[in-house]
Amino acid sequence: MATQPDIDLHSEEEAFRTEVQQFLAENFPEELKGKGNALSAIEGPDEENEAERAWREAMGERGWGVPTWPKEYGGGGLTRKQAAILNEELAKAGAYNPIGGMGVMMFGPTLLEYGSEEQKHEHIPPIARGEVRWCQGYSEPNAGSDLANLQTTAEDKGDHYLVNGQKTWTSGGQWADKCFCLVRTDRSDKHKGISFLLIDMDAPGVEVRPIQMISGMSPFCETFFTDVKVPKDNLVGEEGQGWTIGKRLLQHERTNLSGGGSMARLMGASLSDIAKKYVGTDETGQLADKVLRDRIADFDIRWNAFLLTARRAGEESKAQGGVSEISSVLKKLGTKLGQERAEMLIEIMGMQALGWEGEGFTENELSGTRSWLFGKATTIYGGSTEIQNNIIAKRVLGMLDHQ
Amino acid sequence: MAVLNEEQEMLRDMARDWATEKSPVTEFRKLRRDGAPEAYDPAAFATMAEMGWTGVIIPEEHGGSDFGWLSLGLVVEELGKTLTASPLIASTLAASAILLGGTEEQKAKWLPGLASGEIKATLAIDEGPRHASRSFETSVADGRLSGTKSFVHEAHGADLFVVAAGDGLYLVEASDGVSLAERSMVDNRNHAEVTFDGAAADRLENGDDTLLDDVLDRARVLTACEMLGMAQQVFDSTLDYLKQRVQFNQVLATFQALQHRMADLFGDLAMMRSAVEGGLQALDSGFGVARAATIAKAEANRVLHTMSREGVQLHGGIGMTDEYDIGFYLKRARILETSWGGTAMLKDRFATIGGY
Repeated sequence: MATQPDIDLHSEEEAFRTEVQQFLAENFPEELKGKGNALSAIEGPDEENEAERAWREAMGERGWGVPTWPKEYGGGGLTRKQAAILNEELAKAGAYNPIGGMGVMMFGPTLLEYGSEEQKHEHIPPIARGEVRWCQGYSEPNAGSDLANLQTTAEDKGDHYLVNGQKTWTSGGQWADKCFCLVRTDRSDKHKGISFLLIDMDAPGVEVRPIQMISGMSPFCETFFTDVKVPKDNLVGEEGQGWTIGKRLLQHERTNLSGGGSMARLMGASLSDIAKKYVGTDETGQLADKVLRDRIADFDIRWNAFLLTARRAGEESKAQGGVSEISSVLKKLGTKLGQERAEMLIEIMGMQALGWEGEGFTENELSGTRSWLFGKATTIYGGSTEIQNNIIAKRVLGMLDHQ
Repeated sequence: MAVLNEEQEMLRDMARDWATEKSPVTEFRKLRRDGAPEAYDPAAFATMAEMGWTGVIIPEEHGGSDFGWLSLGLVVEELGKTLTASPLIASTLAASAILLGGTEEQKAKWLPGLASGEIKATLAIDEGPRHASRSFETSVADGRLSGTKSFVHEAHGADLFVVAAGDGLYLVEASDGVSLAERSMVDNRNHAEVTFDGAAADRLENGDDTLLDDVLDRARVLTACEMLGMAQQVFDSTLDYLKQRVQFNQVLATFQALQHRMADLFGDLAMMRSAVEGGLQALDSGFGVARAATIAKAEANRVLHTMSREGVQLHGGIGMTDEYDIGFYLKRARILETSWGGTAMLKDRFATIGGY
């Protein structure tokens, strides 16, 4: 008798699984099977084909791109268990979640927490349908790690704010429709003078210039605001609450940047399989280079311990509710290990891992080169490793408590 | 910390309270001063047995509670924090060998006594200073076992030895054919060279080819649990010290160079905890045990090694004194790092399991 509710719950879950399977059979285009969507927080240019558009719209209509967001704002309204089932079935079918980007990973969860009803109804549904691209207006030329030093001003002009200043490292700024921005509304207080403002990227006075990086790519931009008029309705929270809201958003960012699961998927083949191909094996089937074998094992063990840590943090935050300060630890560990792996690939593949373009290299080898270089940004953006260390020392370890 | 059920939380709290109140490091200091070869307090071990800790992984039909490895790991971690000396790990590992490889008759004979703590047992495996050799000189003829085992944990006071011979694992009772030579080690715990001279031996018949590896994987995980408790304690003590010690008119904790070192150690500790808990969960599920156990012990070795060195360094001169506890953790750390596989051996095992 005591087990009755469990059985009900179980059969409900199975019914949901069947629903997902039916949905996938009817809506997921066969030609997209095995095609991953860019899981990165940074979105590329919009080059959607017919099948991709159909798949995005089908998922968007159900709200399943953001499965646990409330239904009233266009989310899936699913329980965590149902969301897990959805993910399992997507993976089984070789399907991907077509709805992502900064709106999903960072801005959406933050607006759900701090936004007004009007703001949530205006902004969340288009994110849930994957129809709008958001970018992040945080860093400035003189406000990197010292983010609160930001100088972009929003002047109160009665019915609107007048915004002037420059943002930098605006990821995907050249493709974004809107920007969530930290601006200064008060010069007298460094932290309490910051507000959280939403700006249309096509508003008059907004100019975007891509920055070419060492990887040859231009995923980041400089963004200039010159006398940009922003309606007052676009202020999230109160004036002066921007630092609190902005930091909350960064917790979501860190959790996503470290995300063990997606990183493992992005990394593809194991180091040992790649090494077998490039270095060869001896008669016992072991890697021929024993020193390299030892170093790969050393890395793999720590990488596995990190994946277990990401999983544990996920389980703990589920039990406790919400993202936690542990996100700083995950970001710091995951990005460092990711870079270490990229460096080891060069050791394993030798010169083949250092090709820039053209003949003599496989597509994988060339994309590996770019990933290695781009990966150097991971310990700098989203709060550098040094900033994460400061956060851990201060917030988790209480090393400044007595001051 | 893994998400625990109510039963596990109670068990952990009970172990934490007991270790803090009844078995703080001052108890270890007393045992060290007394110098008995057992190096643990029989009354304290009897209390641990009364609380059910000796039967946590033993099935109910044999007198245990069958709470599982994760539950036992919580207890062992708490005991590691206060350097509590006891044959709990050694006896549990012997019990696990009997569970995995014993006949019904052997289980019925030994497990109830091990579960109640009346019988104390230990593993006698290695024949040299490093855990590497897989070919044993110890041999058995006509049910009589002969050979010498080095650096056997908790040998003094053991009623039963689980001994690795060339052709399998054997149960040998403490008897005239078993002699102990005490080995005084840096951790002041119970170690001996054990010589078996035609001692009556009873083979663990039911074990398959991997029996020894299966037992060693359990040894690696439980040892890693003790190491986790130690690493946590060293970290906590060091953090406390940095928050109190004043130099240059500043509390040391305000220096960024030290903050970042503590943040690094905090990240390492998180990875170690995940690896150790992963090992315990694998033992409970029976899935991927060899791999998970290797990861658990390798991470325990890596992190406790760094932690114990940094702990002494960050304590400065006082960390070098016998009066201060931190040195005990450094010394015990190296004993446990060396036990059941040093880092080089573990990495080789991990690569072999992974097929490279």
